[in-house]
Amino acid sequence: MRKTWSAYPYIFWIIIFTVVPLALVLYFSFTVKTPAGIQFTLDNFRRFSEPIYLKVLMRSITLAAISTVLCLLLGYPAAYILAKNKLKNKNALIMLLVLPMWMNFLLRTYAWLTLLERKGLINTILAHLGLPQLNLLYNEFAVVLGMVYNFIPFMILPIYTVLSKIDNSLLEAAEDLGSDPWHTFRRVVFPLSLPGVWSGITMVFMPAVTTFVIPRLLGGGQYTLIGNLIEQQFLTVGDWNFGSAISTVMIVIILLGMGFTSRYEKEQEGGGGLW
Amino acid sequence: MKSLVFRVFAVFTLVLVAAVSGCGQKGPVLNVYNWGDYIDESVLHDFEKKYNIRVNYDTFATNEDMYVKIKAGGSTYDVLFPSDYMIKRMIDEDMLEKLDFNNIPNYKYINDSFKNLEYDPNNEYSVPYMWGTVGILYNKKMVQEKPDSWGILWDKRYAKQILMMDSQRDSIGITLKYLGYSMNTKNPKELEEAKQALIKQKPLVLAYVVDEVKDKMIAGEAALAVVWSGDAIYCMRENPDLDYVIPKEGSNLWFDAMVIPKGTKRKKEAELFINYMCETDVAFRNTDYIGYSSPHTEAVKKLPAEIRNSRTAYPTEEDMANCEIFAHLGSMLKEFDRIWTEIKSN
Repeated sequence: MRKTWSAYPYIFWIIIFTVVPLALVLYFSFTVKTPAGIQFTLDNFRRFSEPIYLKVLMRSITLAAISTVLCLLLGYPAAYILAKNKLKNKNALIMLLVLPMWMNFLLRTYAWLTLLERKGLINTILAHLGLPQLNLLYNEFAVVLGMVYNFIPFMILPIYTVLSKIDNSLLEAAEDLGSDPWHTFRRVVFPLSLPGVWSGITMVFMPAVTTFVIPRLLGGGQYTLIGNLIEQQFLTVGDWNFGSAISTVMIVIILLGMGFTSRYEKEQEGGGGLW
Repeated sequence: MKSLVFRVFAVFTLVLVAAVSGCGQKGPVLNVYNWGDYIDESVLHDFEKKYNIRVNYDTFATNEDMYVKIKAGGSTYDVLFPSDYMIKRMIDEDMLEKLDFNNIPNYKYINDSFKNLEYDPNNEYSVPYMWGTVGILYNKKMVQEKPDSWGILWDKRYAKQILMMDSQRDSIGITLKYLGYSMNTKNPKELEEAKQALIKQKPLVLAYVVDEVKDKMIAGEAALAVVWSGDAIYCMRENPDLDYVIPKEGSNLWFDAMVIPKGTKRKKEAELFINYMCETDVAFRNTDYIGYSSPHTEAVKKLPAEIRNSRTAYPTEEDMANCEIFAHLGSMLKEFDRIWTEIKSN
């Protein structure tokens, strides 16, 4: 009995802040406001399938995918070193990894502006060394950099958790059976860490594909991504119906992605929880 | 068990509600909704002391934010500070109260040239608060000639040194002006031309920014930027190499004014507040603090000569000859959004 009523606040919370807003988004995405009243229609989705909007969608997915791959390439070794090496200050290192997240996301992104600017720190150092100045800010490189920098902890942490849970006796068994370290990694460690990898990929890709602050600040507003498009519809144009339709498309894409990864996690058994 | 917990919870909620509403019992509360960083806040404390009315002060970032919040209902504001085209839209949608100017005698201080403008033709709904223009802020050390046309923003010599405004209406608007059309055009051919011009310009643009423009221009990160006059004044104070010009093709002339939304229960107090904001001393403190141009004749006289005579803050009639006020575009807004998305995704 106790258990059931103690769940009510959460159910109430979820209804008010998740179910109702989602229902509203769906409702808006399938309607338009006309002088005659509100009409059900697919026009919003039809409009989204026009080339200019698909181009925006493709660019968002591409940039997010590049960032995710970079996060994985950089994050996996980092997680592996943290989990498998007998480092003295392991907890301090993990702390350092999480520490920047205590600071506001916006501030951290702003900080990159002062580093990358024409008269910023990096270019000032280059000038002192007599090297040519670089155009670092306001291009796709800066956008990807911002994404990788901001989201890489979400890649490292789940992989680290899974790796540190791997039973050492499995590795010893592999060694006993004559496997060299590279083989052990490829045949034993890596397959066992896959649930963490999938979690990491989901957790990096989702915020990366919807971000609108990073392309605005570091991309100089030259790269409209899907997040910017949605924000514009709500705040500038006031076309909530079209904005909701884009959001609905994004929700479907993300749900498909999550369905895929959660199925995979089940097959691998365990590791479902993120950290 | 369940009902006990429920009762405890209910009592707790009641206490909380009583506590919150209890705060409001001490005297009338006036809810004011203004742009962020757009007032000398000490003015509000003085108003509270003088009239024993508590001011509940909130801020918004764009006209559209404000509009959405008011339109959705549920929030009760008594005084708003929207811009020209938004005032027109709110009048059209019957969202504003007519003002009783008998309660606002200080209205007489408002410069006559700022009365009866297109957005409020008989001046029944609004009292101007601040005004300004859109123009080019440029760095004298990086730009050889004094710019006099929007065309300089298409000049290849300044490639990657140009900052455009990340605002659909302003950026498309100045391009229309450059091409010799009205900022408020609904003609698809003219809009198409503006779109092509902006696409052509894109490789020369360093970035599309709004608030960062101030830091960038002060630090000398770019040579030219499209800015609001108030921001220009701020930047020129910080970096003397900067200057501001309203191009000869004309530009946008804008106003932010005080209005009272329909549904207020404190119309008298709201009018009292508007009147107070038009007191010479108060208007002076506000314009001195935020640096934007005041429509208040007496307040302007109190400003230091270098600001009063600055053509940035108080441009001459001749400077403003071709300037236009934004009209409310209605469903054409969607067309502007499509054009802007096409430019930015190119």
